[in-house]
Amino acid sequence: MKYFSVLVLSILALCACKSPAPKQQEALPSNSVFNLTSQWQNQDGDTLQLQDLNGKTLVVVMIYTSCKSACPILVAKMKKIESKISRKDIDKVSLVLVSIDPETDTPEHLKEFAKTNGMDEKQWVFLRSNEEATHELANVLAMKYKKISPIDFSHSNIISVFNPSGVLVSQEEGLEINVDGVANTVAKTVKGS
Amino acid sequence: MKKVSAVIVLGFLSLVCCNKPQEKSFPVANEHHELKKVNTSVKMVYIPGGAYKPFYGADSAWVTVAPFLLDERPVTNKEFLDFVTANPSWRKSKIKSLFSDSTYLHDWPADLELPPNANPNAPVCYVSWFAAKAFANSVGKRLPTLDEWEFVAMADSVSINARSKPGYSDYIISLYLQKNRQFNPVKLSTPNYWGVYNMFDLIWEWTDDFNSILTTSDSRVGEYDDKGLFCAGSATSATDILNYAAFMRFALRTTLRANYTVANLGFRCAKDSIMK
Repeated sequence: MKYFSVLVLSILALCACKSPAPKQQEALPSNSVFNLTSQWQNQDGDTLQLQDLNGKTLVVVMIYTSCKSACPILVAKMKKIESKISRKDIDKVSLVLVSIDPETDTPEHLKEFAKTNGMDEKQWVFLRSNEEATHELANVLAMKYKKISPIDFSHSNIISVFNPSGVLVSQEEGLEINVDGVANTVAKTVKGS
Repeated sequence: MKKVSAVIVLGFLSLVCCNKPQEKSFPVANEHHELKKVNTSVKMVYIPGGAYKPFYGADSAWVTVAPFLLDERPVTNKEFLDFVTANPSWRKSKIKSLFSDSTYLHDWPADLELPPNANPNAPVCYVSWFAAKAFANSVGKRLPTLDEWEFVAMADSVSINARSKPGYSDYIISLYLQKNRQFNPVKLSTPNYWGVYNMFDLIWEWTDDFNSILTTSDSRVGEYDDKGLFCAGSATSATDILNYAAFMRFALRTTLRANYTVANLGFRCAKDSIMK
């Protein structure tokens, strides 16, 4: 019986481990965001690198879920952008929300946030890492942020579009982001890839 | 015994089948495996830290700087050559364009060759924030935070905080105005109160969080009218307008992007202190 449970456990252990994402065959473009080798966690608690998001057009925004001022607007913009992407393209797109408050925004917390906001379909990706990697990604996006109190951050509001190789296609800054413009860029990027 | 063997079997299986760490807890591990360690002999100075009033920040907010160690001088040409020798991906012909603009190590004639007339002991310039950070990681250090750097910058040669002294800002500005100052070797001038050299007289320096200043890119405008670009943008304003030297540094920092390289912009490294 004990051997049996060992066997069952072993099989479970085997199944629990996902095979690593296939490595991209062609060399990464030199300006690809996938050149960042930092480790991230998604809302399911899986560990991944940004390169694991390759192959899809990415719409990326950096926020924190406990934010009461600008972030809800940004989240609403992301949802609007998502709704304007044609359904036949949607599985070629990932909408990525990166937390700038990784201590609060645990995978569980992000998952809950996704559910509450109706962002739990598979095109939605929530990420967090440690402070250093978050800072590095912010610098790639030329996104400024600063912790101004234990619960608040000030930050610039930028939505970025990357092509499936991780090359930046466009950025929109400010709270008056033109969602149609971003959705059009996404459609073009999907078509061109 | 059976339990032990079960654990071993499981452990072995998970080792065999998992190529990636499966840790679920914070913090996510981010080691810099890709970087070869480089040795450095630069002396680090212990800075006990303390309360300090940042030039920018919430109104009259005091910031406490924790104790830390700071390189006594900027990173030199020679040291950066050692770094790129050990780390080919950071050579000028190999660096990813994500990490640097086109003028990285601009005056170096080749990957492993310093400029013909360059003093090996002059500070390295034309390095991006990414490159500076990679160097710091390769020597087991980090870049100083903006608050750490500015805390040390308050000192003159005899006091911890010389900000209110007449002439303190003017003297620094006179140093900033020297042409080609970046070509001089390090440690020829007088160190400050802490024994730290060359805070002002050779180069501008990267800080880890240079991009945390939320103003418009043109800080000469009296009113920050792009508040819509920032969450809580109105929390930022100058607190010490007489400190024009600091104003110049902050103006420069707000114009930088992490991939920029500049003729007289270098860096020095810092480290957390384990001493109390």
